[in-house]
Amino acid sequence: MSSNVGSAKKDKLVGDLVVNVALALLVLLWTIPTIGLLVSSFRDQFAIATTGWWTIFPHREWVTIKTIEPGAVERDQPIDVENIRATFDELREGVQSGDKRLVWIGNRRLGTIQVQEQEWTMNLDFTLENYQNVLTGKRYEVTQPDGSVKIEQGSDMSNAFLNSIAVSIPATVIPILIAAFAAYGFAWMKFPGRRMFFIMVVALLVVPLQIALVPILRDYVRLDLNGTFLAVWLAHAGFGLPLAVYLLYNYMSTLPRDILESAFIDGASHFTIFTRLILPLSLPALASFAIFQFLWVWNDYLVALIFIGATADTQVLTMRIAELVGSRGNDWHLLTAGAFISMVLPLVVFFSLQRFFVRGMLAGSVKG
Amino acid sequence: MKKNLWLLLAMLTAVIVVISACAPAPPAEEPAAEEAPAEEAAAEEPAAEEAPAEEAAAEEPAAEEPAAEEEAMASTGEGGYLDRALAGEFAGTTVTMMGPFTDEDEVKFNNAIADFEEKTGIDIQYTGTKEFEATISVRVDAGDAPDIVDFPQPGLAANFASTGDIVDVLSFMDVDTLRERYDDSWLDMAVVNGPNGPMMAGVWHRFNGKSLVWYPKDDFDAAGYEVPETWDDMLELTQMIADDGDTAWCVGIESGAATGWPATDWMEEVMLRTTSLENYDAWVTGDLPFSSPEVKNAAEQIGNIWFNDEYVLGGRAGIVSTFFGDAPNGMFEDPPRCWLHKQGNFITSFFPAGAEAGVDYDFFYLPPIDEQYGKPFLVAGDLMAAFSDSDETKAVMEFFSTGESVKGWLQAGGALSPHLDAQLDWYGDDVERGIAQLVQEATAFRFDGSDLMPGEVGAGSFWKGMTDWVSGSADLDTALQEIDASWPSNN
Amino acid sequence: MQGSEVKPKSASPLDWLTGTVGQIIISLFVPIFTFVVLWQGFIFLRDSDAPKIVIVLVAIVWGVGGVALLYFVSNWLIEKLSPFWVRTLQPFVFVGPAVAILAWYLLFPSARTFWISLFNSSSTEFVGLQNYVAVFTDRTMFTAFRNNILWILFGATFSVIFGLLVAVLADRSKFENAAKSLVFMPMAISMVGAGVIWNFIYEADPNIGLLNAIWTSLGGEPQAWTSLLQPWNNFFLIVIVIWLQTGFAMVLFSAAIKGIPGEILEAARVDGATELQVFFGIMIPYIMPTIITVSTTVVIFTLKIFDIVWVMTGGQFGTQVIATQFYREYFTNRNFGYGSAIAIVLLLAVVPVMIYNLKQFGEREAF
Repeated sequence: MSSNVGSAKKDKLVGDLVVNVALALLVLLWTIPTIGLLVSSFRDQFAIATTGWWTIFPHREWVTIKTIEPGAVERDQPIDVENIRATFDELREGVQSGDKRLVWIGNRRLGTIQVQEQEWTMNLDFTLENYQNVLTGKRYEVTQPDGSVKIEQGSDMSNAFLNSIAVSIPATVIPILIAAFAAYGFAWMKFPGRRMFFIMVVALLVVPLQIALVPILRDYVRLDLNGTFLAVWLAHAGFGLPLAVYLLYNYMSTLPRDILESAFIDGASHFTIFTRLILPLSLPALASFAIFQFLWVWNDYLVALIFIGATADTQVLTMRIAELVGSRGNDWHLLTAGAFISMVLPLVVFFSLQRFFVRGMLAGSVKG
Repeated sequence: MKKNLWLLLAMLTAVIVVISACAPAPPAEEPAAEEAPAEEAAAEEPAAEEAPAEEAAAEEPAAEEPAAEEEAMASTGEGGYLDRALAGEFAGTTVTMMGPFTDEDEVKFNNAIADFEEKTGIDIQYTGTKEFEATISVRVDAGDAPDIVDFPQPGLAANFASTGDIVDVLSFMDVDTLRERYDDSWLDMAVVNGPNGPMMAGVWHRFNGKSLVWYPKDDFDAAGYEVPETWDDMLELTQMIADDGDTAWCVGIESGAATGWPATDWMEEVMLRTTSLENYDAWVTGDLPFSSPEVKNAAEQIGNIWFNDEYVLGGRAGIVSTFFGDAPNGMFEDPPRCWLHKQGNFITSFFPAGAEAGVDYDFFYLPPIDEQYGKPFLVAGDLMAAFSDSDETKAVMEFFSTGESVKGWLQAGGALSPHLDAQLDWYGDDVERGIAQLVQEATAFRFDGSDLMPGEVGAGSFWKGMTDWVSGSADLDTALQEIDASWPSNN
Repeated sequence: MQGSEVKPKSASPLDWLTGTVGQIIISLFVPIFTFVVLWQGFIFLRDSDAPKIVIVLVAIVWGVGGVALLYFVSNWLIEKLSPFWVRTLQPFVFVGPAVAILAWYLLFPSARTFWISLFNSSSTEFVGLQNYVAVFTDRTMFTAFRNNILWILFGATFSVIFGLLVAVLADRSKFENAAKSLVFMPMAISMVGAGVIWNFIYEADPNIGLLNAIWTSLGGEPQAWTSLLQPWNNFFLIVIVIWLQTGFAMVLFSAAIKGIPGEILEAARVDGATELQVFFGIMIPYIMPTIITVSTTVVIFTLKIFDIVWVMTGGQFGTQVIATQFYREYFTNRNFGYGSAIAIVLLLAVVPVMIYNLKQFGEREAF
């Protein structure tokens, strides 16, 4: 008996170990790119363009300990240097002897022979400048007609951040509200056209939102809605609704039928059942959709661009970050920092909504 | 409420105009028309001096009834709207603009127009966007077009012109005025097919010189290489560098959704150097197919360099996967890993910070291949097109047709002016001044063909065909045939 | 409210009248008042010069509260009616707004797109199904279809599998929250950010590209993973979408797994079931509806995949998919007829998924 318990314990321990190791592997695989981004966001432009982000970890690298000027050495003949005889082409590839390596850096005309040794190094030249630039705005130097240089400070992120919040929160809550009502309707109410409307919802899941931009903008122009928050909320609501209805419907339809039945017997109306019973029970589904919708709206560029525009006053965070790429699209170092800053709020939302994913919520409330 | 406000504004403007018309005009220093050419004209022509001159000209139109019909203005021509704007007639109005440039360029642009805004009271609201094509397409189709759009590719503007969305420049500026401001070649390049025949889609605001090869000057000199004068010299130099153990060329055609465009530039350069200008023009308009021997020959010339792994840094894989802006980096390593880079003058803004012109890098003209075709120069530029026919829009458009509108940008660097009245000493950067001079000396210049071709080809199948060919997913004949097939049928 | 329906019987006609009139007035007043409040809010938001933070706060309260208020008021009005009308009308209060918004934002535009797809590139001439013929005979479209199938076969499948795997493993682990957050993180990264990250991985220069650094240290030649290695470059892009979408699947699976009553799992384990048996015997059947939901949505996402391809290769190098072809034709080339036809083909591709879901739907019984 006792040995049995012991082996069960051992099994559990092994099981836990397997689970955690497997999980750790997956998580590591998933995190490598993100780590790359994080590390890069602390490196300056030059470092990013010339060395890999992983060189911040200790690694063995050939380090030059001595540089020899080859002078007028005949390049077409084998060259004697540091007790080694090698041709130019061999030297270009690197010639190893003992722990040393000789490399010809450069071409036949210009160049030096470097004597290298392998050493453990880490590339730790980090900088906070990227974040500083992103947060406080870029500085532009503009030469004035009189030759003087005027420094213009780009706008900081606070305005764009606020705009993004003003867009994202209602654009998340509104479709959830509308979709929750509709999902309940599809799941638990009988009405003519139910099937047809549901087909519509599923079919519209695949419609690329780009096809809607022109007609919707035309309507907005007519209604004088363009450029308002309402316009962009409704647009996000419209584009997010099919998925919201579909996900919430699927969740609500799996709720046990007898909960509703007993509520009806108690004389509750659909509205009461929905607000008092179904909504609280659907919290995990609502929370998961809220996370996604928030992310999509937060990271959206096109819809906001079309419906509220990109002026300094109205632009959202993604637009500011897109601008960070620079006129020519090569300021990677700023983009990495920008990407991280814009990730903060979605992650906060994720963490705060994650607590709704706990076991036994349904069971508990059914009993209660 | 709003209507009343407008009425009030309109009345105020009218009053102001009448007052300014009655006020004695300051003496004119020189007629506006004479301002244009003469390179060696007075070193600095400060904006302050020009203003009175133009105000003087304003006397004439402003003296007319302020409410004069646009048609009348157009027929009298003579740049009426700009003068009226400078007279303050449109003060308090707003002109919205959209374009693909953002960030630093946006600052430079705003800086260049600030003076005009201050003088006229017209507020120019520019919005730059990275999703330019989709945004402009959606907004125009939905009836929410900005007043003026900056098109980096006139081919795209042509699409909008054909559907009648763009206001013909000739409807508010006359040809003579335009001739005074631009070389005829520029004007010809702005003519597109409108709904009712040929029209002028817009005015040129700034351009890029393309036919340039950049090289790391200090190392280049130290190595004893010499700037080639002919194509063959250049190929010899390429071979020489290869023999010395390096790859001569830095090439990168990766550019996200626009991957392939640097390859189309090469095609255009070689076309200009291996066949007649007539053939080039025919090629651009679709009359000379891609599958013709002329085009194929041009591609093969490029292939001779590009597909030799000893000649190009990173070989084919390097070409297709190197971001075009990162391509020149190899020149600035110590010692350089590649030595030559063909790209427009804008590339200098990609060079490492601190790289000094004339020391760390310099440029030469991409040499001619066949002497009989002279020294043609390839350019690309930004076309300002009007989507609104409001008076203030026309005034701003007319402003863009003057060198003054880009002067601040020339000073700040990063742009070249196509305007005849722009002076070489406006350039704040010796390199750019040198390029401007090169363009003036060129035997002929032609616009970037892919930018002029219809969007399907110039911003689609041409890019794709070149990438397919370079990456080996299609052979040259297939790639060229597919570009031909994508050419929109004339309907 | 329910009480008021009983009262009138015993009261005088006058009382009845005032009662009814009062009710009508209230019934009218409430929605009108609601409307006025909302309208004022809208005007404030549109025209106000108040500090940004105030506007933002008002916007949030107004937007969210307004929609809730509309539901509440319309339901309140409906519930004043007789039971028959309540039964008939109430479903439309629930479903109506969603259907109306969907119709406005997606259905009508889709219909319009279909209409445009029957015309030529500038929408001036009716060409019938010619654009569709062109879509199905074009070599580049053929590659796009092939790629989309690859995306679904590999991208969608692996996203679902990995999502499930992480959700199940995390459920058993003490580090659940940390693990889930890290796997979820890619979803929070904007597309531009994701593009940068993967460039650092796929870059051809082994000094900057991680994959090539590993590859060359194993003795390989540097590769241009996303461009030259056709058609395998598609798989390197698919890896990105798996990386992004696994978080999506994981969140939904995780929520579903939490819904499995703990007692059932405990009981099975006490009975000596192995973990695999628990997984396949209990968990999978229990969360089957979620698996179907997640698979459907992931398949549909993958079907209309656009951003990743656009950011990474712009649809070049044989990586084009249906959505990038649509975008190119419609916006860049302004070839409205052909572009619209591509979008409609995308819609048709979802029909099998739709039929399957409808079958599930038909089996339901409502109240």
